[in-house]
Amino acid sequence: MSEGFFSRGFRSRRKPSDESGRLPPGQYLERGFPVLSAGPTPHTPLANWDFSIVGEVDQPKRWSWDEFHALPRETVTKDIHCVTKWSKFDTHWEGVSLDTLLAQVESSASYVIAFSDGGYSTNLPLDEVLGGQAWVVDTYEGQPLSPQHGGPARLLVPHLYFWKSAKWVRGLRLVAEDEPGFWESLGYNNHGDPWKEERYQGD
Amino acid sequence: MERRTLPGRLTWQLGEVVTTQPETARTKSITLIVPNWMGHQAGQHVDVRLTAADGYQAERSYSIASPPEEAPRVTLTVERLDDGEVSPYLTEELRVGDKLELRGPIGGYFVWEAQMGGPLLLVAGGSGIVPLMAMLRHRAAAGGSVATRLLDSSRSYADIIYRDELDRLVKNTTMLEVVHTLTRAQPPGWTGYHRRIDPEMLREVAWSSDQRPLTFICGPTPFVETAAASLVTLGHDPARIKTERFGPTGEA
Repeated sequence: MSEGFFSRGFRSRRKPSDESGRLPPGQYLERGFPVLSAGPTPHTPLANWDFSIVGEVDQPKRWSWDEFHALPRETVTKDIHCVTKWSKFDTHWEGVSLDTLLAQVESSASYVIAFSDGGYSTNLPLDEVLGGQAWVVDTYEGQPLSPQHGGPARLLVPHLYFWKSAKWVRGLRLVAEDEPGFWESLGYNNHGDPWKEERYQGD
Repeated sequence: MERRTLPGRLTWQLGEVVTTQPETARTKSITLIVPNWMGHQAGQHVDVRLTAADGYQAERSYSIASPPEEAPRVTLTVERLDDGEVSPYLTEELRVGDKLELRGPIGGYFVWEAQMGGPLLLVAGGSGIVPLMAMLRHRAAAGGSVATRLLDSSRSYADIIYRDELDRLVKNTTMLEVVHTLTRAQPPGWTGYHRRIDPEMLREVAWSSDQRPLTFICGPTPFVETAAASLVTLGHDPARIKTERFGPTGEA
């Protein structure tokens, strides 16, 4: 409806070309690391922490903190994109690939619901968290992941908007039928591809 | 956490600026008429998109300050960030008669409607007051008498956003208490709090945990972390505390 509209007096601030190809539409480059959470930050003692895979699986799986740390680890460097418009380039993470975790169960499910301390959840198609696309990370820029940023461990699914990278993640529930998670029930897009600018319902 | 589904699709719309109102040296309220506004809940925000003549675009999110009752008028209160790309335009360039492209409302969790009841505890840091002001204005417009307390942290007396209106709301509505803390400078004779929020201040101002207040906290990240963690320590149910944060980790 507003085709051809421009904002009187607003001048272009074209970014250097090395940034523009990496910024999805509507995003801007952020040097800091903003925090967005819907409630108080949970602080789960590591002795009480575990990570589980439940739902439509042959046998549920559970790892204690120590068992989780004994799994093969990967380091990844990724650009991340938040639906609130900021993007951050070249963030460094360390953790366990979902390929490694999901290889431990047999399932015919097509979707994954990640669930977290504090009641948060988010849904993802299974084939978008396999093949080197998703990790459970506990280390950010060489340091243990801080509680504000989702520590002790969070999901990392960098090809989707960052609300899909659930903080304080405690497990995955595999399901045959897709079901919306927390923000997906509150007007945000079910899929969340930043390159298609899938921010909200109907985008 | 309760859920609420917001159906429909959010399309970009043009609103026309009908008034602008400086609130403090750094913040300005901009009231638009948005002809096809679908309505909103207090606490929600909008996306604003600026387009330069060469097609370059910049998008940001801003909280809605006005209550649903004023639709199709929608007021945003914007804090100017000196190195910002959009906020200097909104606070310094945009004027009455200009059009502004926006879409919304966005966000269905950090919202309060009069029938959600209380007691209601609002904790604001700086321009974090904006979505909470929409709640207070909605409360007043709905003629509500939900027991409400606002703890509002500002740098100085001159930096208190909506100061006169808050005074009027306290005088003209029942069951509303507003407590200010001024963290950097206080006027002569100031008898109120003059430090950053801390557990002791929340113990004194907040409802006790057994009254199970519904709590909304908005402000810079360290402010929200302190307020939310303090309330949890005081025994408040984390599921009754809703937060909205802005700014990077470690920002003062």
